[in-house]
Amino acid sequence: MPESANRAIPGPCDETRVVLEARGVSKCYHLGEVEVHALRGVDLSICEGRMLSLMGPSGSGKSTLMHIIGLLDRPSEGSVIVESEEVSAMAPNELAAVRNRRIGFVFQSFNLLSRTTALANVELPLVYAGVSGTERSRRARAALERVGLGDRMGHLPNQLSGGQQQRVAIARALVTEPSIVLADEPTGNLDSVSGVDVMTILQDLNAHGITVVLVTHDDTVARHAERIVRLRDGRVVADDPVADRIWAADRRDEVVEEAGGVQA
Amino acid sequence: MNFVESIRIALRALNANKVRSALTMLGVIIGVAAVILLVAIGTGVQDEITGSIEGLGSNLIFVFAGNFEEGPGGGGPGGSSVRSFSIEDADLLQRRLGSEHAVVPVVQGPLTLRVGNRTMRTTVAAANENAGDVFSADYVGGRGYRRSEVSASARVVVIGATVRDRLFPNQDPVGQTMSINGQRFNVIGHVAAQGGSLTGDQDNQVFMPITAAQRLLGTTDVGLIAVKAATADDVEILQQRIRQVLTPRFGDEFSVFSQEQTLGIFQQILGTLTFMLAGIAGISLLVGGIGIMNIMLVSVSERTREIGIRKAVGARTYDIMSQFVIEAVTLSVAGGAVGIALGAIGAQILTEWVPTEVTVWAVALAFTFSAGVGIFFGVYPAYKASRLDPIEALRYE
Ligand SMILES: Nc1ncnc2c1ncn2[C@@H]1O[C@H](COP(=O)(O)OP(=O)(O)OP(=O)(O)O)[C@@H](O)[C@H]1O
Ligand SMILES: [Mg+2]
Repeated sequence: MPESANRAIPGPCDETRVVLEARGVSKCYHLGEVEVHALRGVDLSICEGRMLSLMGPSGSGKSTLMHIIGLLDRPSEGSVIVESEEVSAMAPNELAAVRNRRIGFVFQSFNLLSRTTALANVELPLVYAGVSGTERSRRARAALERVGLGDRMGHLPNQLSGGQQQRVAIARALVTEPSIVLADEPTGNLDSVSGVDVMTILQDLNAHGITVVLVTHDDTVARHAERIVRLRDGRVVADDPVADRIWAADRRDEVVEEAGGVQA
Repeated sequence: MNFVESIRIALRALNANKVRSALTMLGVIIGVAAVILLVAIGTGVQDEITGSIEGLGSNLIFVFAGNFEEGPGGGGPGGSSVRSFSIEDADLLQRRLGSEHAVVPVVQGPLTLRVGNRTMRTTVAAANENAGDVFSADYVGGRGYRRSEVSASARVVVIGATVRDRLFPNQDPVGQTMSINGQRFNVIGHVAAQGGSLTGDQDNQVFMPITAAQRLLGTTDVGLIAVKAATADDVEILQQRIRQVLTPRFGDEFSVFSQEQTLGIFQQILGTLTFMLAGIAGISLLVGGIGIMNIMLVSVSERTREIGIRKAVGARTYDIMSQFVIEAVTLSVAGGAVGIALGAIGAQILTEWVPTEVTVWAVALAFTFSAGVGIFFGVYPAYKASRLDPIEALRYE
């Protein structure tokens, strides 16, 4: 895996470099008579090329917020702006196109197509982007090599370990060269060593200019970002820079040792 | 996403569920095979009857007792009030129409033949000495019956190829005797095999003077009177003159058809029959289509998560829609192709017993119809799939 390149502390972000913005976003679910307020007026702006962690207790609205800024879900109120484009009014097919070109997702439960090889899974976004066969395969192979799975391309998801599956999912997220990668508890289902590998890749992507939003419970995982936004009951309650940022690549040996010397 | 890609995705999905795909296709296979087979039989019979009417010789007019000409309201065959023709009517026609035109009364009926200890049931087609103008017969040996034999009700018989093979295997039947309904007949000739004809399977028939046949069958009736016009130009005038001759005797309880009209009537009846058969088979195709819809709906709900994943990475509504429609169409078209092959093979096998002909239009129709079934019954499940909300679909367990 390549080493992270740029470790300079980033300066303040000016208005023009905001890639993703939520303005007054609320989300309300109606379950019969009961109204569940998952989000209550969230304002959040994420600057280009930065890495941000969303933290908060279970049920605080982290996943809901991630789905809304990832255009998988629509807010009940408020607006979402992706690369200075207001997306709230877009039709489903336009949203699909924006997701396809600009956003990559990494889910806690991987969400790979189960009867499809690693390579075909990674090719999937390119299929919908209309990239032709040979070019698609070339780019998908490059993405899989980038996450260290060059030798597992023909494997089905159930022939891969959890960590490997998550790396396939990351390859799928980065294959379209998106500007934003959204990861919802990407290490939640993984052992510590696989978790460190995944974090190393995400930090590496970030070092190459991709904006990364990381949803997590885990304080250590959160500190891999440069900024932590905390949610509680659907509201932003804190927004702090990370003083002592953790670099996953530096921690690997230490984690391997703690795990009893087992290599992932 | 392009079309080839949609097909590849659909094929992969069908391949992952081979047994289910095959069973779903079975409905369409049976439907299409039934359409092909039944239409092949209808067309084959139609062609054969057309061929045998055309093969009867040219410039023929047929006169039937009973009124068939006034549409559904008029008379009909076998009605008790209908008086049959007799030989006198045929003689009258012959006298009035002139000797340049041949008038041939025809009688048909069932008979039992016996030679030694071999017996068989068959039908007789009996006429007068002009029979050769109406029934084309290719004599392998012997001769046809003569005028003198007709007037004398002579017990002479000409036998078809099947009769000969059964009753006189590896023998020359000419000059032998056979018992017909208990009466002794001399075999004077036998004709070559020629397949079916208007009057039934001609190979499984015997031919004799009409007078002898009437005696055997215990009747003085004549089934139909055929008239062979001297030239094609005479046909129309002859039809009018036949009407003039018969009206004083029969009122309007008789029908006069030229060969073309007869052909037209048969073709119309058989054409309608063929369409009805195709329609009945079409119903089973429809049932096959409903089977496809059922499986596609199951497939959509089973694969909700897959749809969610595809949408999350950028699949648009029509990408999902086309994926599922193509899946349904692939099932129905593949089923259609197999059904056509099976139907054609079945039709080939059936030629042993009935004439069949697999026509291009039947194949084209069955194929188009099965593809149509796939589209029609695939669209709704595909539409359902394409409208799924991405996040709901991803959350689906
Ligand atoms: N589809 C839904 N229908 C109804 N309520 C929902 C739905 N999705 C989420 N919620 C509610 O919205 C709130 C926020 O859910 P969300 O999944 O965003 O929490 P989270 O912060 O991601 O929690 P966790 O850390 O456990 O994943 C919860 O109270 C949840 O019950
Ligand atoms: Mg969550």
